[in-house]
Amino acid sequence: MTKRREIADGMKTRIAPLLASVQARLGPLAGMLRPILVPFLAVVSALMIGAIVIAISGRNPLLAYAGLIDGSWGSGRAIAGTLVRMTPYVFGGLAVALAFRAGLFNIGGEGQLLLGTLAGAWVGYQLALPAVIHLPLALLAGVLAGFIWGGIPGFLKSRTGAHEVITTIMLNYLAIGLAGWLLNDNRLMKDPSPTNVIARTPLIAESAHLPALIPGQDAYPSASAAPEIVHWGVVLAVLATIAASFFLWRTVWGFEVRTVGANPSAGRYAGINVPRVITLIMGVSGALAGLGGAIQVTAVNYRAILGFNVGYGFDAIAIALLGKNNPFGVLLAALLFASLRSGSTRMQSLSGVNADIIAVIQALILIFVAADQLVRWLYRIRARGLEERTTLTRGWGR
Amino acid sequence: MANAATETLEVVLEARSITKIFPGVIANENVNLKLNKGEILALLGENGAGKTTLMNILYGLYHQDSGEIYVHGQPVRIKSPSDSIAMGIGMVHQHFQLVPVMTVAENIALGNERMRRGRLDLASVRQRILELSKRYGLDVDPDAYVKDLSVGQQQRVEIIKALYKNASILILDEPTAVLTPQEADELFVVLRELKQQGTSIIFITHKLREVFAVADRIMVLRRGKVVGETTPDQATRESLAEMMVGRAVILQVEKQTREPGAPVLVVEELTVDDDRGHQVVNGVSFAVCAGEVLGIAGVQGNGQSELVEALTGLRAVKGGRVSVLGNNLSGALPRRIFEAEVGHVPEDRQEHGLVLSYSVADNLVLNRYYQPPFAKGIVLNQEHILENAEKRIKEYDIRTPGPEVPVATLSGGNKQKVIIARELSRPLKLLIAAQPTRGVDVGSIEFIHQQIINERDSGTAVLLVSAELDEIMALSDRIAVMYKGKIVAVLPAASATREQLGLLMAGSDAPLIEPAGVKHEHLAPGETH
Repeated sequence: MTKRREIADGMKTRIAPLLASVQARLGPLAGMLRPILVPFLAVVSALMIGAIVIAISGRNPLLAYAGLIDGSWGSGRAIAGTLVRMTPYVFGGLAVALAFRAGLFNIGGEGQLLLGTLAGAWVGYQLALPAVIHLPLALLAGVLAGFIWGGIPGFLKSRTGAHEVITTIMLNYLAIGLAGWLLNDNRLMKDPSPTNVIARTPLIAESAHLPALIPGQDAYPSASAAPEIVHWGVVLAVLATIAASFFLWRTVWGFEVRTVGANPSAGRYAGINVPRVITLIMGVSGALAGLGGAIQVTAVNYRAILGFNVGYGFDAIAIALLGKNNPFGVLLAALLFASLRSGSTRMQSLSGVNADIIAVIQALILIFVAADQLVRWLYRIRARGLEERTTLTRGWGR
Repeated sequence: MANAATETLEVVLEARSITKIFPGVIANENVNLKLNKGEILALLGENGAGKTTLMNILYGLYHQDSGEIYVHGQPVRIKSPSDSIAMGIGMVHQHFQLVPVMTVAENIALGNERMRRGRLDLASVRQRILELSKRYGLDVDPDAYVKDLSVGQQQRVEIIKALYKNASILILDEPTAVLTPQEADELFVVLRELKQQGTSIIFITHKLREVFAVADRIMVLRRGKVVGETTPDQATRESLAEMMVGRAVILQVEKQTREPGAPVLVVEELTVDDDRGHQVVNGVSFAVCAGEVLGIAGVQGNGQSELVEALTGLRAVKGGRVSVLGNNLSGALPRRIFEAEVGHVPEDRQEHGLVLSYSVADNLVLNRYYQPPFAKGIVLNQEHILENAEKRIKEYDIRTPGPEVPVATLSGGNKQKVIIARELSRPLKLLIAAQPTRGVDVGSIEFIHQQIINERDSGTAVLLVSAELDEIMALSDRIAVMYKGKIVAVLPAASATREQLGLLMAGSDAPLIEPAGVKHEHLAPGETH
């Protein structure tokens, strides 16, 4: 017991000066690194605990992590898989982060993304149009569906004070129910082909396909396993990140959103129409999630399938938190989560560690980020000055 | 220590070289304090001087980084308020810690509930309260509900609460901030009585007048250090102000008389509700003319805050009419009022006036961010925002390391200067300033007062709402007194006296009231309202 404590204390006392010296040497760069220090240490801590868990279960943690890295970054194919998995994470993460910036907790990413897939798929299979119109229209349908599904809780919040945490959760259930109904009835959206027993839509028209950026078939001619292609959605995700960042810090609207998030009373004083900002930013948040859903349909699945693309909306909350609600932070966090997911299969086959350990690591990351005092205490980091505080959620009412 | 004079005095509380450091600020640096039995020690200092930090250390809310505390000569470690209470230290906070829906006796029993046969024993509490109120002349009814008591009476409940816990050392944090001058005088009588009976009192204030009224000894703090100790006999207002600020201060605002122009703000029969739906502004009518300062005096909570919020669009107008230069602005949104060239220095700068996490530069354009040159279309122009900030920081002497520092890191006075700079650096027809110097240091008060007078002299109509009677009297051309949601009198500032205003603020009908309908006199002949 005491020995363990000694080791722990020794680690702490050694790590703190090490960090300090690294910071000192990096000089001005340290200022830039400071905001990512806590998320970074949260990830490191989660991986260390994950290693302990793996070791306790009698497997080799180093082998497991080597498999994780190999499976996500070890080959062109692995990288492609990681990037494709990153895309919906980015859109979901940005959706949550933008709402957070306005002081709103959008837990409805799941439902908004689901509606995005349904709307994108419907436009994709129902209409026959030239690609230049069809694809944008399918994506736009996803955006619109997400905007409405996100805008409803925003509107309810600004008009009645209904808390967005409750209403977005409710709308998630509504969306899941709606999808089940639409996809299970072949008079509605279910693929009517006689052999189909699955709750899914017909395939979308090729004119609605989001083209490949790096075509998988060419890169991997031996298409034994489904080759991973990198589609244009990855580029859209990066563009969305840049746009979100520009929106937040360089535009009048972003100023309004951040002001409402930081101090709604001051927002009112400054002449900002706070209810409108709340409604619209929730709509925009939903639209981003919806676009993420539509991209999954037009680039990966080519149809909406019940039970596919599940969990992105919830992982998005963790990603936004880890990325500190900064669009570029979200991009990095999404990349990390995608790496964990896409490397897990290789990890399992190489080390025998069940892929579910990834969920444990993700949860640990979330705990460390949410309780950042824990990380600060572990690594003896003093809170310096006033960092921008994130309003997780406010009380009831307006 | 061995000299004869100090031996006769019993030191009840002593702090030796207390140092308390917060990240980036030394709140107390080697502070020494001695409190003798049966004396009133005034602790004087600007906001941010470290008075409250020191008291919170003595009361156990904070812990000092170094230094020792002695109570009755014994070294003690005060870890929490329960320790200090056990040592006989009581504190009356600026914001009362009372439950409005409970009676006085229940409030005092709270936390020290005694049971008798399984039931709460309030009878003995009532008994003690009556004893204490008789002994110290603290007139309080133990069965009254706290919500029905006046602020002055609530304060007495707080004092009794401390005495009930056998406090022999009382710390009062800015106790007069919420009182009328008369109530303050009554408080001083109580404090003298307590002192006579051996209670030792530390009285925190930044009002010089009170120091002379009640203190035996004065200690002045500046930037966390004790800069002087004196007695009311030796000190003058000027010498104390200089000690507090560190330089000579002009206490009188220089102001030429000026003929007011045409009415700018005209308010007719305005009624406003508070958050709970109670009507707290009851048909108020007045006019403010170009180039005049109309001061609204009144004890806090008589509808002034709601009046200002209604005038600036932050609160719904229930009835009546508000117009600025003939422009009907009743119930207009804040932006429309802002664009009608109305400046607003809000009462609560932390809540309304500033976004604390934003930079000084962003706060300086908080309500103008969407207008050129700060925005072109929907894109913000950071260069102009920064350029504007640098200009204002110079012009208004805002002490900040730079324009990109979060405004939260600035002192209270400098935060207020950011707001003043933002509101006054554009052409105004009307300035509404609510509590413009609350919690602001003496040096900045001087500056802000001068800015308000300059604004008046340039022909702007100024509506000043303040709980500080000194401020109202120093700046106003006319003074309206608000009591229970009504303007009970409008007096020319030149002839109004403290006593007269104090009585009006307390709701008593003084014989010298100019009728409230006086506004008609001030409507210019051409006005057709």
